[in-house]
Amino acid sequence: MSTTSTSSETSSPRNASESRAGASAPVSARMPLLVTGIGLIVVVVLSTAIGPSGVSLWTVIQVLVSHIPLLHFHSAASNSVINQAIVLDVRLPRVVLGGLVGAMLAAGGASYQGVFRNPLADPYLLGVAAGAGLGATIVIVANSGSTALLPIAAFIGGAGAVTLTYLVGARFGGRSSGASIVLAGIAIAAIFTAAQTFLQQQHAQDLQAVYSWILGSLSLATWSDVWLILPYLAVSTVVLLAHRRLLDVLRLGEEEASSLGINPQRIRLIVVAAATLGTAAAVSVSGLIGFVGIIVPHVIRRTTNASYRVVMPVSMVAGAAFLILADLVAHTIESPAEVPLGVITAFVGGPFFIFVLRSRRTHEGVL
Amino acid sequence: MSSEIAFDAAHHNIVELRDVGVSYGSSIALNNVTHSVASGEWLGVIGANGAGKTTLLRSIARLISYSGEILVNGRAVADLSRKEFAKLVAYVPQKPELPPDMRAIDYAALGRMPHLGYFGAEGPNDREIAGNLLERLGLSQLAERHLGTMSGGELQRLVLARALAQDAPALLLDEPTSALDLGRRVEALELVDELRLERGLTVISAMHDLSLAAQFAGQLVLLDAGSIVAAGTAEEVLEEKLLDYHFGTQVRILRTEDGELVVVPRRTKPKGNHA
Repeated sequence: MSTTSTSSETSSPRNASESRAGASAPVSARMPLLVTGIGLIVVVVLSTAIGPSGVSLWTVIQVLVSHIPLLHFHSAASNSVINQAIVLDVRLPRVVLGGLVGAMLAAGGASYQGVFRNPLADPYLLGVAAGAGLGATIVIVANSGSTALLPIAAFIGGAGAVTLTYLVGARFGGRSSGASIVLAGIAIAAIFTAAQTFLQQQHAQDLQAVYSWILGSLSLATWSDVWLILPYLAVSTVVLLAHRRLLDVLRLGEEEASSLGINPQRIRLIVVAAATLGTAAAVSVSGLIGFVGIIVPHVIRRTTNASYRVVMPVSMVAGAAFLILADLVAHTIESPAEVPLGVITAFVGGPFFIFVLRSRRTHEGVL
Repeated sequence: MSSEIAFDAAHHNIVELRDVGVSYGSSIALNNVTHSVASGEWLGVIGANGAGKTTLLRSIARLISYSGEILVNGRAVADLSRKEFAKLVAYVPQKPELPPDMRAIDYAALGRMPHLGYFGAEGPNDREIAGNLLERLGLSQLAERHLGTMSGGELQRLVLARALAQDAPALLLDEPTSALDLGRRVEALELVDELRLERGLTVISAMHDLSLAAQFAGQLVLLDAGSIVAAGTAEEVLEEKLLDYHFGTQVRILRTEDGELVVVPRRTKPKGNHA
């Protein structure tokens, strides 16, 4: 018998720091959704208004308003075919696609972090992007030109990579070990990337197409891209949003989650499948844009509430706003040239990643 | 049907183990254990490290596969869905996972999971149950606090609140007081006992401290190498020779003036030879 157990009393007498209306007020995403939602609207308007053709903000607003159903607003500016083309066919699809991709990458990141109980997990660490990249490269190389099969090939590649990562990590590290799964992801990603690079070098004539896809860009965004990925993203986000409560339960670990009557393995599989579906589709039209999946959920987690009920929906809105803004920077900073989108997000994401690694040491077991 | 319900409410066995065996590879962790736990009883599971206490609890909690049969409330556990089972048995592991940035009220409310649909969020009723439990356990001022800022004693009560939110008649506790100091230990066990009487709970707990086990558990089972070697009241099970043999040490059993049994370990080597 020892007397060491007295040290377990570590409470700070900081009583009921934030006193809200009721002690049992449910977790609410309303406020953060409002704030990020306003941010998203501002960024959308700003991005639609800024571009090399010099169409003014006021003209953009008129064109946009004239397309709101039932409002019947029309003006000389909104009726101009050129203005309409610039706003609706050039700028708007790019903004919408950026928003969808950003929302999906953030939701995918949050999901992976929840499922693997590892705050540093994101689709790229687990090999989704490398797998999707290989799939996309195969399609580009096999039938140069057609992109109709791209999302499907990217999905198969991404899902295959994650499945492999998961199997390898679970086989050699045990289920509870988050670190071994991340390491397995690095290995799988390296193998897929190597295969992808090999293919790319063997088909130099498609190098340009493959390369521009990989670097991440929304410069060629069209409405057909939006329609192409929308069904995948819709299914994925609906499933992920529906599982956000269960991700909170998974935070208690496999055993406690199952003693609360849920099936952790099944939930994990569903969430990983949904996140992979959406991420692979997003990546297939935007290329490999890094770090959005880590930065956004982390900022939301730290500034709001750690519950996935809040983190999941708010990350989606914030991710959309973040990527639209990053894309705005990407195509204005060196205008008329474009900086690859992945470069912009990585410039923000790299330092942030280091910050997360540092702060994780100070309070162990953030997730 | 009505006779069945009447039977449910009366004294009957809430947990029944029939020839339950568990092995990890070639080593046998639990060896044909047969035992019944009556409704409303507190069963203390005692034994040396590695005797199978945790394995016994984990097999009842359906966390490991076993041979033989376990019945809860008269129904074979294997026939119950996960949710049905979670409505009958709440399990608190030795070291519960306590996400430091989760709020206390949200943690307690997770106990309502078995009562919700697959996607259904907890309603006001569930929040109220969780809130009432926090109040009952003296934690209502801490409802909004993050787990990382709470003390060991507070967390222990919070984990109990989550388990009680499951509204299950059987509560499994694996070493419920191992992280607590002496005062908090008694406090926690007294609380469990009060709740047991209030709610008619059946408690099965693995216990290290034999004196506390004697005071709180109405029935004890002594495990050694995966087998039950003694079962009964504290008076029957806590015998010096039996404990000496199965714990591989020497103990002395004293009786306080209130008639409580106290188990005191004795040092086996003479004192003060380092002159």
